[in-house]
Amino acid sequence: MDKYRINHLKELEAESIFVIREVAAQFENPVMLFSGGKDSIVMFHLARKAFWPAKVPFPLMHIDTGHNFPEAIEYRDRTMEETGTKCIVALVQDSINEGRVVEEKGVNASRNKLQTTTLLDAIESRKFDAAMGGGRRDEEKARAKERFFSHRDEFGQWDPKNQRPELWNIFNGRKNMGEHFRVFPISNWTEMDVWQYIYMEQIDLPSLYFTHKREVFNRDGVWLAKLPFMQLKDTEEVKELDVRCRTIGDVTCTGLTLSTANSLEDIIHEVASTRTTERGGRADDKRSESAMEDRKREGYF
Amino acid sequence: MSGKESGYLDMELLRFTTAGSVDDGKSTLIGRLLYDSKAIFEDQMEAIERASERSGHEDVNLALLTDGLRSEREQGITIDVAYRYFATPKRKFIIADTPGHIQYTRNMVTGASTANVALILVDARHGVLEQTLRHAFIASLLQIPHVIFCINKMDLVEYSQERYEQIKADIDAVSSKLSVKDIRFVPISALNGDNVVDRSEPMSWYDGPTLMYLLENIHISSDINHEDFRFPVQYVIRPQSAEWPDYRGYAGRVSSGDIKLGDEVTVLPSGFASKVKSIDMMNESMEVGFAPQSVSITLEDDIDISRGDMIVKTNNGRAPQNSQDIELMICWFNERALVPRGKYVIRHTSSDARCMITEVKYKMNINTLEKNEEDKSVGMNDIARVKLRSTKPLFFDSYNRNRFTGSVILVDEGTNETVAAGMII
Repeated sequence: MDKYRINHLKELEAESIFVIREVAAQFENPVMLFSGGKDSIVMFHLARKAFWPAKVPFPLMHIDTGHNFPEAIEYRDRTMEETGTKCIVALVQDSINEGRVVEEKGVNASRNKLQTTTLLDAIESRKFDAAMGGGRRDEEKARAKERFFSHRDEFGQWDPKNQRPELWNIFNGRKNMGEHFRVFPISNWTEMDVWQYIYMEQIDLPSLYFTHKREVFNRDGVWLAKLPFMQLKDTEEVKELDVRCRTIGDVTCTGLTLSTANSLEDIIHEVASTRTTERGGRADDKRSESAMEDRKREGYF
Repeated sequence: MSGKESGYLDMELLRFTTAGSVDDGKSTLIGRLLYDSKAIFEDQMEAIERASERSGHEDVNLALLTDGLRSEREQGITIDVAYRYFATPKRKFIIADTPGHIQYTRNMVTGASTANVALILVDARHGVLEQTLRHAFIASLLQIPHVIFCINKMDLVEYSQERYEQIKADIDAVSSKLSVKDIRFVPISALNGDNVVDRSEPMSWYDGPTLMYLLENIHISSDINHEDFRFPVQYVIRPQSAEWPDYRGYAGRVSSGDIKLGDEVTVLPSGFASKVKSIDMMNESMEVGFAPQSVSITLEDDIDISRGDMIVKTNNGRAPQNSQDIELMICWFNERALVPRGKYVIRHTSSDARCMITEVKYKMNINTLEKNEEDKSVGMNDIARVKLRSTKPLFFDSYNRNRFTGSVILVDEGTNETVAAGMII
């Protein structure tokens, strides 16, 4: 029966589309988180495939720290317009202005952690009962134990010891009032799968993923972009180098890779020969051994 | 694209499960598979080295790679299923790494539910233990198509062929009681890498394949049922737009079999018949759809179909069974024990109903494979054969024929927790 065989990317696609459709069927008011990064771009592409020729039956939501690469915002706005999709923008700045969170101080200040409050507030005020995210299990070891359908209590917290067993392709999204689910449709994808899929489907990406000249500085072995809201230490020297993003997040904690890769083929070569994980460039994970687990417990993506 | 990457685009996906305890070398084996296939990165290795130092290990402890949660690292045990990924040019692998202790039976069952292959580790010094039986039984219960017994730590029994043959014979004697379609044996030393990726020199007497060769080549495309077309409707796509005013697509994942344009189909439970008009996947219109694809199907006739219905071929030969009374093997997951004559929500494919457990026939002792017909209390991690009655008829196949239309979960109506998984007899 080898004629009825599909490759690993098609099988991952089929699984993810199944999960996304399951969310649309089981929840009343789901939302898909969108950051402009490659994982959420792939997830959104899968959502469009899942409901074609209808429009995606839920809105997207961007938790915006205000510390963005302009290219990512431009990409977001263009994509939403081209596909006729609604994208809610929840601003971390609003959470700061309302006194819900206090801005971190010092040169390493990041709004990454503050996003959790903005996200939970947005989920609560808009009464979303499921929020889909582009998290992958290969990213980080606490994520390796995450379910596709991840149950959150009324405080938005994750209890890793009390997760629902998930068997075959049966997903249990039943919940009590006030609780919600985080759903991770691309759980089983690796960084390589994402890039191969982008190549296979020829998906348009923000220019940041390809090599470009940029003013950068080095902090604790990580190259960061010099943008107006970045505070530099006296000893930090700004250089112009050929770089590209391996992930796109908040500028304050997105490490750039020295690279001259300017096509998807180049990037796949680069990923195949790289010896550090993509989160190795994320300053937020370096804070402690269980930094990710702690943030996830509190309600992070 | 040329060379390596174009090859990478043509990989097959294989899911396997590993079960074992702390000291049977499971983590070392996984660590070796990941390391040899370059799936462990430098920063992960550095993080493990730092953590090993902190917890007082002299050598780098590869178990720390899979033990992701703080409580697991503190206690030095694996509690939950951890998913790991690696790839070779031939295949992409998903490992569901599960703890082997009896109190985590539910996690083994979870990991086994989607696996093509089970790796069961046997310590060559100790031979077949209770735990070996337990893992083999779960592989058989969940109908994992292929089971590979890795006789590990061969270096500690002087690479003895005699020892290997003896363990193999012991397992053969046990597995006659089980229903596993394909059983393989490999003598290995995960620590030294013998017969994992490279052939072993000290075991030149072994002329079979290495573990990696098996994982890369074992034939898995027949693991899916290609005969009975089953399509549980997951979602109805109705754009109602100017461009697509009348499009009505039934979205779902093909559970088994295949469907072609023009095929005659029957919709269950209504029994209405129609023909397949199109099989769509975005702008791709397909001649044929098959498991495990996710597609959207349109029909020639306008009939009322919704989530929970099932589309099957009219002249398929074997129709799904149809009953409100179902007999099944269950694995209980919850701290709150099964309540005799208790009511639960039963989910089967995309369909929900309520049900009552009408009878517990026996409980399985998974260490001895004996049936216990005396003690019928079913608590967490117990496996039992039960009968239940649902509020509406289910359309199902036996689990042995079809893993997707033969499986159910039970949900507690009060807490909404998944309390059991069931395999229909």
